[in-house]
Amino acid sequence: MTAPKTLYDKIWDAHVVDQADDGTCLLYIDRHLVHEVTSPQAFEGLRMAGRKVRAPEKTIAVPDHNVPTTLDREDPATMTEDSRIQVAALDKNAKEFGINYYPVTDVRQGIVHIVGPEQGWTLPGMTVVCGDSHTATHGAFGALAHGIGTSEVEHVLATQTLIQKKSKNMKVEITGKLRPGVTAKDITLAVIGATGTGGGTGYVIEYCGEAIRDLSMEGRMTVCNMAIEGGARAGLIAPDETTYEYVKGRPHAPKGAQFEAALAWWKTLFTDEGAHFDKVVTLKGEEIEPVVTWGTSPEDVLPISGVVPAPEDFKGGKIEAARRSIEYMGLTAGQKLTDIAIDTVFIGSCTNGRIEDLRAAAAILKGKKIKDGMRAMVVPGSGLVRAQAEEEGLADIFKEAGFEWRMAGCSMCLAMNPDQLAEGERCASTSNRNFEGRQGYKGRTHLVSPAMAAAAAITGHLTDVRELM
Amino acid sequence: MEKFETVTGIAAPMPLVNIDTDMIIPKIFLKTIKRSGLGVNLFDEMRYDRQGNEIPDFVLNKPQYREASILVAGDNFGCGSSREHAPWALADFGIKVIISTSFADIFYNNSFKNGMLPIVLPQEQVDALMKDAEKGANARMTVDLENQIITSSDGVEFPFEVDAFKKHCLLNGLDDIGLTMEKESSITAFEGAAAQARPWV
Repeated sequence: MTAPKTLYDKIWDAHVVDQADDGTCLLYIDRHLVHEVTSPQAFEGLRMAGRKVRAPEKTIAVPDHNVPTTLDREDPATMTEDSRIQVAALDKNAKEFGINYYPVTDVRQGIVHIVGPEQGWTLPGMTVVCGDSHTATHGAFGALAHGIGTSEVEHVLATQTLIQKKSKNMKVEITGKLRPGVTAKDITLAVIGATGTGGGTGYVIEYCGEAIRDLSMEGRMTVCNMAIEGGARAGLIAPDETTYEYVKGRPHAPKGAQFEAALAWWKTLFTDEGAHFDKVVTLKGEEIEPVVTWGTSPEDVLPISGVVPAPEDFKGGKIEAARRSIEYMGLTAGQKLTDIAIDTVFIGSCTNGRIEDLRAAAAILKGKKIKDGMRAMVVPGSGLVRAQAEEEGLADIFKEAGFEWRMAGCSMCLAMNPDQLAEGERCASTSNRNFEGRQGYKGRTHLVSPAMAAAAAITGHLTDVRELM
Repeated sequence: MEKFETVTGIAAPMPLVNIDTDMIIPKIFLKTIKRSGLGVNLFDEMRYDRQGNEIPDFVLNKPQYREASILVAGDNFGCGSSREHAPWALADFGIKVIISTSFADIFYNNSFKNGMLPIVLPQEQVDALMKDAEKGANARMTVDLENQIITSSDGVEFPFEVDAFKKHCLLNGLDDIGLTMEKESSITAFEGAAAQARPWV
């Protein structure tokens, strides 16, 4: 009998092309997702070396970071010159190298990590990479998925492999049931709050436990998406009926007998009884509250009932970092989090731009108006999410409440396109990073769930969504 | 890639923890389709005011650190996005070595691909080297990759660990793609077997 394996071990073992004596492996990559920001230098490298894309049929490109989200975005004047050049370079590279492509004009265009699963490119047991740290999202399917730099993008384009050393195994278990008003976003932020942004460094996390099992695929993607914010190379959730149901019938998912064959293998993708984890973290689902971030690192997480901490509450280098954060964020130690006034609300991103996220926000907003003077926008994660939300009547709820209803893209999550915070503006955002300047120069970001973002839009300050339910 | 040889140079202290890739190179500079020329915008929002004037207090603007080739940094350096623009900017500025208690995974890997050496040391040793760096331009450190030793300005030696394969590539300036291409037949064999075992992929 072979030693018990973790889910990570099983996927890893199925993809090793070659292993050196020191443990360095050549790992085969099943899906390579590409966007316009981290790929032009890689394609240029191929061109200069006279190389081709080894597996264009396994390579999928979509522009998302730079694209405007206003309704008139097909007008080139909506983009800055350098953004236009970057998107045009992707258009050209996709055509020249013959890879799968969803241009801005295609209704299927959207954020790369939303388009991949939606189109059935992402399947259980695969290895998935992209020149983007939030590739961790795809781990929700039980796929080993992580971000890479541009040199590695070029390496995967040329060879369909990556040179890798195996990470350690970490288990994050969320036991029990979540309470009403608590979502996948609160789970993933609470985990980072518990482990710190460096806590996962060197590990691949497997999320498990009843609260994770109870999540939809959308919720699982939210959890895995922010594995990177905890420092982990990847996050994984073992596939189950929820996964198979989501995958079945998607355009690029297997059909008929092939689906049955795939399913038989997918059902072997779980962590064996007794498999070894190098680190285990357990949180009780019932104890997780709706959370918000107060600082400029995703680990700066507190329950909404909390107060802004004092730098002296921390140890070591974090004392100075906390002092800097509190000053940057314009807060005072001891201030109640619910007293923090918000002027901007952003709902969207690869973390929370899926249909379920829009439903959760719309459920809070139905029949209500956003606070006077509030700037609020919804940026669906893909053109198809947008279409579905319109069909379900969610778009009308958002518009009637006073939200702008935008086209798909990364938008204000990283503010590479025109959707940005101005200096000093303060945003309740469903995105994944609250770094200094992330959403615009001197902009201030509080990370929250979609329901919490909707609540803040109505009241004008950070709010416990449970009071509006 | 240029070969990594022994580096002797000025070390700049950046004790802040969680220095993220948005700090290292803000997103407005990611709209380039080239790898070069990012050094001038390294740490842009910490280094310049809105009018583009240098902020004198920022470490790399201080006369004694303008020529730094080594950074001694706080924990979890390079966290955040996968942008290789971060190591491109550091390398373009002239940084060859970064010393910290830990690095974010993707940044760590990206650094090696650009001829830069990230070194992980325990807290007390990083603290000692931070103090050394704070002495300024006269305190020059030496980083010897071959022998895996950092020598501080007053001659104290700090041995460090580095992955053998990554060390080999850095010392010889090897390009990963070229190395992998030599294993082309293994890749083809893997693809054949995988097409049988998992034809739906």
